[in-house]
Amino acid sequence: MHPLRKQRIYAIVTVLLGAIAALVLVMSALSKNMNLFYSPSELVSSNVAPGSVVRAGGMVASGSIQKSTDSLEVIFLITDFQNSLSVTYNGILPDLFSEDAGVVVKGFLKEDGTFLAQEVLAKHDENYMPPEVAKMLNKIE
Amino acid sequence: MNRVWSRIKNWLIAMGSPPHFYRWATSSLPWLAGLAVIVFCAGLIWGLGFSPTDYKQGDVYRIIYIHVPSAILAESIYIFMAISGFISMVWRAKIAGMLINSAAPLGAGFTLIALLTGSIWGKTTWGTWWVWDARLTSTLIMFFLYAAIIGLHSSIENKTKGDRAVSILAVLGVVIVPIIKKSVDWWQTLHQPSTFTLTSSPSMSPDMYLPLLVCVLGFYCLFIFMLTNGLRAEIISRERDKSWVKKQFFKY
Repeated sequence: MHPLRKQRIYAIVTVLLGAIAALVLVMSALSKNMNLFYSPSELVSSNVAPGSVVRAGGMVASGSIQKSTDSLEVIFLITDFQNSLSVTYNGILPDLFSEDAGVVVKGFLKEDGTFLAQEVLAKHDENYMPPEVAKMLNKIE
Repeated sequence: MNRVWSRIKNWLIAMGSPPHFYRWATSSLPWLAGLAVIVFCAGLIWGLGFSPTDYKQGDVYRIIYIHVPSAILAESIYIFMAISGFISMVWRAKIAGMLINSAAPLGAGFTLIALLTGSIWGKTTWGTWWVWDARLTSTLIMFFLYAAIIGLHSSIENKTKGDRAVSILAVLGVVIVPIIKKSVDWWQTLHQPSTFTLTSSPSMSPDMYLPLLVCVLGFYCLFIFMLTNGLRAEIISRERDKSWVKKQFFKY
């Protein structure tokens, strides 16, 4: 290969490696801040001040949803299967909100350690299947 | 083996010549268009009309037949531009610069479609149009990179210098692609992890992912057609002072 071209390739590769190294450093420095939400365990172990607005995420524990009869208030537990967090929310829930499904809630911790949510988002998983297949899977379980 | 390699090399060198590429493109454009229309329509009709509904999301999930191919194309086109940028910088092939220039608006368009369809899907399933999680934010950054490439090139009067400038942006910017791809594994995001991975079987039933596969192929065909068409226009506009263009159009 022409020496000039070889030189250009070396230059490009060097600059690209430098850019990747810089990016890796930036991302490892920011790694915690790149997460959209805290898991219940992280929320327990980190000292997030009560009253500061954060996001928490996890699975809605099965059988934990309590709906109020005379208002939109709903109380449920989100869990990462190690710790769980009691969440109170007053508003309309997304369609996909259900037991054993992922959610991300935005709000703040109260002094008593429960979470008051201002926004509830349903997290969809990576599984797609027709209803008949889902029914069959449920039967097997 | 050596013979095959030298034939491929000669073919590539020939395709790198604007007049030769122009003639090849003119004759193959109808075929590319036909193929794109057939595969694209087949995939969309199959996916939108005949694949089963999802057990959880109902019919809303069908937006993936547009969202996923657009997102795949958006990332593929960036990688393609980076390779073109590399060739343009090392071998100074004029056609490589033209390729970046014709591919960038298409990539930007596919990125925008992926962002918009994702947003609509997000509103119905998550409950929000937008959230600043790692996947969505990194995809938005890629859209800005595309915009930067388009803007940078059109702001430089001298086309050769413009090619060199956008080549740098195309090559360096390609680091965003693995970040987008791995964002759902590296960080906690609202966006779900990949349904299709190399290591395990897809967590989607075959009668749903086969039409998706056809849709992806259809979007690729559409991209190749649009790129070839755009590149023809780019060649004519940049080579308008050359004698072969004058001969082609003015017969003198």
